[in-house]
Amino acid sequence: MLDYTAPSTVEEAVRILVEAPGTAKVLSGGTDLLVQLRSGRAKPGLIVDIKKIPGISGIRERDGGFVIGASTPGAVIGECEALQRAWPGVVEAANLIGSTQVQGRASLAGNLCNASPAADSVPALIAARATCVVAGPRGQREVPVESIATAPGRTSLGPGEFIVEIYLPKRSPRSADAYLRFIPRTEMDIAVVGVAVSLTLDAGGVCTDARVVLGAVAPTAILVPEAVAALVGRKLDEAALAALDQAARRACKPIDDKRGTIEYRTKVAGVLARRTATIAFERAGERR
Amino acid sequence: MSKHHISTIINGEPTEFLCEPQLTLLDVLRDELHLTGSKEGCSSGDCGACSVTVDGRLVCSCLMLAVEAEGHKIETIEGMARGHDLHPLQRKFLEHAALQCGFCTPGLLVAAKALLDRNSNPTETETRYWLAGNLCRCTGYDKVIRAVLDAAAELRAE
Repeated sequence: MLDYTAPSTVEEAVRILVEAPGTAKVLSGGTDLLVQLRSGRAKPGLIVDIKKIPGISGIRERDGGFVIGASTPGAVIGECEALQRAWPGVVEAANLIGSTQVQGRASLAGNLCNASPAADSVPALIAARATCVVAGPRGQREVPVESIATAPGRTSLGPGEFIVEIYLPKRSPRSADAYLRFIPRTEMDIAVVGVAVSLTLDAGGVCTDARVVLGAVAPTAILVPEAVAALVGRKLDEAALAALDQAARRACKPIDDKRGTIEYRTKVAGVLARRTATIAFERAGERR
Repeated sequence: MSKHHISTIINGEPTEFLCEPQLTLLDVLRDELHLTGSKEGCSSGDCGACSVTVDGRLVCSCLMLAVEAEGHKIETIEGMARGHDLHPLQRKFLEHAALQCGFCTPGLLVAAKALLDRNSNPTETETRYWLAGNLCRCTGYDKVIRAVLDAAAELRAE
């Protein structure tokens, strides 16, 4: 037996979720949840549709950064020119999820809470030092995006908790990000490997700060500090890219599956890290 | 299990229906409202045969609960022609023989219209990416793309 409710405030949603422990599922864009309902993988007693909560969908600027409401669909993210200028890597990652139809509904918070190791937007959000506001029975807390997914299909969210918004911080000058994924075709597939790089350059083109995140090569998206060490203090040159390539390959703990073997995923992670970092360097270098 | 009373506007007509919460918008369109133009191909959002627009935004109606339609405007393939006058996209699909079995056609037409509503002069590449979520297993895609680009040219000339 399934029921549906669409609360109009965060507090009401939390109360409903607390009163239906273990049986309620939060519905945002539904592009994962409805597939799970149909297949029987998810068998909730109650669907809590959060889209009637004011502000839960839409993008607004705050403190020089961007607040993206939890239910904001990918299509809206792709149409926001200011966000595209500030965080091109996050936007390209979000827009790689599914088809035009899926983009009409799928959200960043849903991509995050579905907790697939191959989620495209998650490495880009982590590289961007994005945070999310989690609402729950003890009020709201702000946590880094990397603290949400704990294992495939599992999150750190407690009973009654759900994500209200995602925050992308203000950009410093000469900063840019990029995301690339590898799939066997050009559209509509799940990442074999995904790589996100966000970095800042000084006036001479030397990298002063970086974040490198790999997707689909471990149980969750992973930050790679050794890859950061390969970039910081260097310009974009073969020495930096070779060190990055090696660091990315060493960080991989992938599985063998129909999309790629361990050996293949590891090799591709190094290649993609090079290409992604090159794009991020070029984008940052164009900014003055 | 209680049924929900839902008020929507479908193809410009105020429409109300009762539905159980687990039903998708596609289930209600086809089985309750008898708008059977939207097709059920995969039920997992992969094939696009069930494409409709909700408040102008292209979505798969198999990936949306019918209860979520409350207060929203929905356009389906049934709203595309004006009486017996086919929409230019529909005419161009016929002229270019852009269909064989026709199962994917309503979804392709709804998706193509959503593209042209936003971008009156899309490139072939933009059109192919936009329609990548609409699978066709018999005609192939070249004729479809030619029909969409030809319809776009005709619509721009008007």
